[in-house]
Amino acid sequence: MYGFEALTFNIHGGYLEAIVRGHRSGLLTAADYNNLCQCETLDDIKMHLTATEYGPYLQNEPSPLHTTTIVEKCTLKLVDEYKHMLCQATEPLSIFLEYCTYGHMIDNVVLIVTGTLHERDVQELLEKCHPLGMFDSIATLAVAQNMRELYRLVLVDTPLAPYFSECITSEDLDDMNIEIMRNTLYKAYLEDFYRFCQKLGGATAEIMSDLLAFEADRRAVNITINSIGTELTRDDRRKLYSNFGLLYPYGHEELAVCEDLDQVRGVMEKYPPYQSIFSRLSYGESQLLDKAFYEEEVKRLCLSFEQQFHYAVFFAYMRLREQEIRNLMWISECVAQNQKSRVHDSVVFIF
Amino acid sequence: MVLEKMEMFLDNLQPMDLMRSEKMSFVQLIIPAESAHRAISYLGELGLLQFRDLNADKSPFQRTFVNQVKRCGEMSRKLRFFKDQINKAGLLSSAHPVIEPDVELEELEIQLGEHENELIEMNSNSEKLQQSYNELLEFKMVLQKAVGFLVSSNSHAVAEETELNENVYSNDDYGETTSLLEQELRSVPSNQSGLRFISGIIPRSKVVRFERMLFRATRGNMLFNQAPADEEIMDPVSTEMVEKTVFVVFFSGEQARTKILKICEAFGANCYPVPEDVTKQRQITREVLSRLSELEATLDAGIRHRNKALASIGYQLTKWMNMVKREKAVYDTLNMLNFDVTKKCLVGEGWCPSFAKAQIQETLQRATFDSNSQVGIIFHVMDALESPPTYFRTNRFTNAFQEIVDAYGVARYEEANPAVYTVVTFPFLFAVMFGDWGHGICLLMGALILIARESKLSSQKLGSFMEMLFGGRYVLLLMALFSIYCGLIYNEFFSVPFHIFGGSAYKCRDTTCSDAHIAGLMKYRDPYPFGVDPSWRGSRSELPFLNSLKMKMSILLGVAQMNLGIILSYFNARFFGNSLDIRYQFVPQIIFLNCLFGYLSLLIIIKWCSGSQADLYHVMIYMFLSPTDDLGENQLFWGQRPLQILLLLLALIAVPWMLLPKPFILKKLHTERFQGRTYGILGTSEMDLDMEPGSARSHHDDFNFSEVFVHQMIHSIEFVLGAVSNTASYLRLWALSLAHSELSTVFYEKVLLLAWGYDNIIIRLVGLAVFAFATAFILLMMETLSAFLHALRLHWVEFQNKFYHGDGYKFKPFSFASITEDDD
Repeated sequence: MYGFEALTFNIHGGYLEAIVRGHRSGLLTAADYNNLCQCETLDDIKMHLTATEYGPYLQNEPSPLHTTTIVEKCTLKLVDEYKHMLCQATEPLSIFLEYCTYGHMIDNVVLIVTGTLHERDVQELLEKCHPLGMFDSIATLAVAQNMRELYRLVLVDTPLAPYFSECITSEDLDDMNIEIMRNTLYKAYLEDFYRFCQKLGGATAEIMSDLLAFEADRRAVNITINSIGTELTRDDRRKLYSNFGLLYPYGHEELAVCEDLDQVRGVMEKYPPYQSIFSRLSYGESQLLDKAFYEEEVKRLCLSFEQQFHYAVFFAYMRLREQEIRNLMWISECVAQNQKSRVHDSVVFIF
Repeated sequence: MVLEKMEMFLDNLQPMDLMRSEKMSFVQLIIPAESAHRAISYLGELGLLQFRDLNADKSPFQRTFVNQVKRCGEMSRKLRFFKDQINKAGLLSSAHPVIEPDVELEELEIQLGEHENELIEMNSNSEKLQQSYNELLEFKMVLQKAVGFLVSSNSHAVAEETELNENVYSNDDYGETTSLLEQELRSVPSNQSGLRFISGIIPRSKVVRFERMLFRATRGNMLFNQAPADEEIMDPVSTEMVEKTVFVVFFSGEQARTKILKICEAFGANCYPVPEDVTKQRQITREVLSRLSELEATLDAGIRHRNKALASIGYQLTKWMNMVKREKAVYDTLNMLNFDVTKKCLVGEGWCPSFAKAQIQETLQRATFDSNSQVGIIFHVMDALESPPTYFRTNRFTNAFQEIVDAYGVARYEEANPAVYTVVTFPFLFAVMFGDWGHGICLLMGALILIARESKLSSQKLGSFMEMLFGGRYVLLLMALFSIYCGLIYNEFFSVPFHIFGGSAYKCRDTTCSDAHIAGLMKYRDPYPFGVDPSWRGSRSELPFLNSLKMKMSILLGVAQMNLGIILSYFNARFFGNSLDIRYQFVPQIIFLNCLFGYLSLLIIIKWCSGSQADLYHVMIYMFLSPTDDLGENQLFWGQRPLQILLLLLALIAVPWMLLPKPFILKKLHTERFQGRTYGILGTSEMDLDMEPGSARSHHDDFNFSEVFVHQMIHSIEFVLGAVSNTASYLRLWALSLAHSELSTVFYEKVLLLAWGYDNIIIRLVGLAVFAFATAFILLMMETLSAFLHALRLHWVEFQNKFYHGDGYKFKPFSFASITEDDD
């Protein structure tokens, strides 16, 4: 019933949409970032942040502050907001909200598995995990020796279980395998999320398919760039690309055979939406690619707030808040390490 | 001649407090740096000066006193920490202030730091102790329970059941599983490597998942026994009591052991070794118990020590908190000041009421003297471009009414203040809708209770609803008094009429009174002296009579109030010296309103006085449709027709009068001022920067005729249409009063009287209860609320739109009193 969401959306989603829009207006503005960039010490940053919505989370922190504390507390705010929304949400929206966290779940699984592979302390690893991607038995991941065990012991209880069907091998875990597992999982997750959004229909499907397609394409480009010069074969690489998005299928064929960055660029410039991203980079430069992608993503996420009566605002808000936390982390790091000249390198303003 | 005298009289009127807002002065302070802090804190105690932020373009950490602000923030964090600790320890922070010499801020900072370190140390100590205590306690429980699993195997030496059966039992009853155990145990004591066990304790909420995980990890080759622990154990982090479960896992093999240990670690289960030997077990149990009691004593001592320290902090906590809050406010204010060129003086600007200048001067002198400064503080009045803030000096009584007006919009500086009239008109209009002296007495009691307990209630914290009620207690009092008055006029006491002012003027035609409803009653003496005759009650023509009365009364009240509004616009224009507004707005407006609805009011009064039968609808409608026709039997007085034609013509003239001249005259004035110059004055960019958003500054030099004209057109149309719709809007007075009286009649007749008709005590009681509830909740609460809201609307819309701009901003002086109030 495309176009008729306005009739019924507010019955279940109205309150939460209002909440999320309220949260969105609490995001830091360009003026805030300008002030933050002028800070001399972390205390200055704290002082500035206490005047924003982060205030209650930071005001009780004792004064010698660390970047990690700032990031931790800011993330805590996001988590609190997310939990509140999840509690209030009803059926399709609550599933949608849960889908938004699966990405973090995959990252956490990979983090723990890699960590145990390198014999790190589990508690230490747990602290590094993103709180949105936590699940009950996450600590038990350390017990598993190979992927089959990983699946059978732990992941079978989690929502990630269906995504695992493609990557169960009896091979022992090593860095390469884990990375492939991460990408396979992510691929399955994105495709599943995409299907779910299509099933929801309406404006949600329209906007989310755009956002997810961008995500899938970005991952495809990143996989390609990261796998250049590794032993990953072309077919394996091809398998890691998600089966939707703007690049699917012809772009994937071309990306799969790329051997260096300029070839990737050549492929991507055929697609008008990505042309602007790549045309800003000079040849042979890949550090700025991340920032360019983030900027494009933020732009798209902000645009999703222009429409009403759809779920993409929740996804967009969480992504924007995460971007904001990344920004804060970068600014605090720069301030803490006296590298203020580099502050603007990686901050993506949210408007 | 008369006009001149009036003008003279008006000019010589004493200015009254609440009529217009206080005169404000824009002042500049030049304070030597050494006495700045003292001066500002003295001013904060005085609370009559509103500082302007001169550093608005600077971010908070670029300001001068940012370090002090940060230190205050840090101190208040420590104080919050103390408060938190005190609350956790369950001590009451005693409110009675201990008289102690004032401490300096620096001293306080050091003191707070010491206290904090001490507390943190004590906390970490007691946490360590608590942890080892917890461990021992858990160990004790594990010993008790796990030993139970192991020991029982020896006592039940002969359990001759098959393993299959026992497996079935083992799922639901751990007592049975022990026998399975014992079989296995019996079979293995010789070979130690075969079957081993791990015992430990785990939070109860995790047991199921833990067991499942163990099952999966060992592929089912294990046996899991559990028993709930007897005591709850305190979680040291959240200090909550957690229920735990003791478990014993039996398994075989070294690999399984590492796996299980890892899983235990992952689930946060604490493992404790339990020896298999009985004597050893006893020995360890004894040891554990003795150490437990030792630790308990130490812990108690530690807690007592900590509580003592906390209590000593608690005595002064409130005082310290206030002090830090004040200091922070002082530094925040200092941050609003500018350093002058020499960096030796601070320059501040702000608003103060003109009457307070002497007080401020005196305070500043005191500050100079107290801080032994060589140079005095310079305090002088300046010209300001922006419009001053609005400040009314209110008291307990007028405050609530001022709040009602402010809720709509804060008055423009020195604008006529509607709150003065609201004090009487608001409760009165409320009472017109709520006229019942029984209900009025109930309201009065409530209001009197609130007022009698004023001093007690104002000091304590109330819920949001009670707070609202308490804030409006004087409004409530007046509303109740006016309700009683209007109720007496309507002659309704819980909808029952009383013969208070003598007997009714009517009686039945005969003694049986059988035809009272058909033929009506007979008037036999003078009218009832005050209010509505009780005999109207229940008569056939009760409703038509009361409706006609209330409807007409509403119109009279409405026209009177709207006229008051327009007259206030005259006083506004006069005060601001705006003769244009008087001539082209006030005069046509008052003519228009009175020609139509003033005339209607006149007709109503004449009809009441003369007892005429004329149809006023007809008169009013045909006054427009065919003004020249003969009125016939609807004529009320001689010369009515020519008067109507005259009024109609006046009203028609008034419309273009208020629409056209003003914009054209403004345009003429504008062109005259610039005498045909085509160049405007260059706007200095500096001035534009100072412009505060929202301040009504009156130097808009660019004149846009079309804009002014459209504005005037909107205003005129709004007034003309509003005259009709606002008058109609006052009919809500009638509607609500009708609804109120009908509703209370229903409850009285259909509930109370009906129930009283039965000769059954239970039915009567139920009826009484229903009546009481309906009266209390529907009539007293909801009807009060709705009448209140309607009265509010009549004031905000119908009354205030005639004259009130309401675009000012409130005077917010820097004051310690307001700072300490708005915490928590």
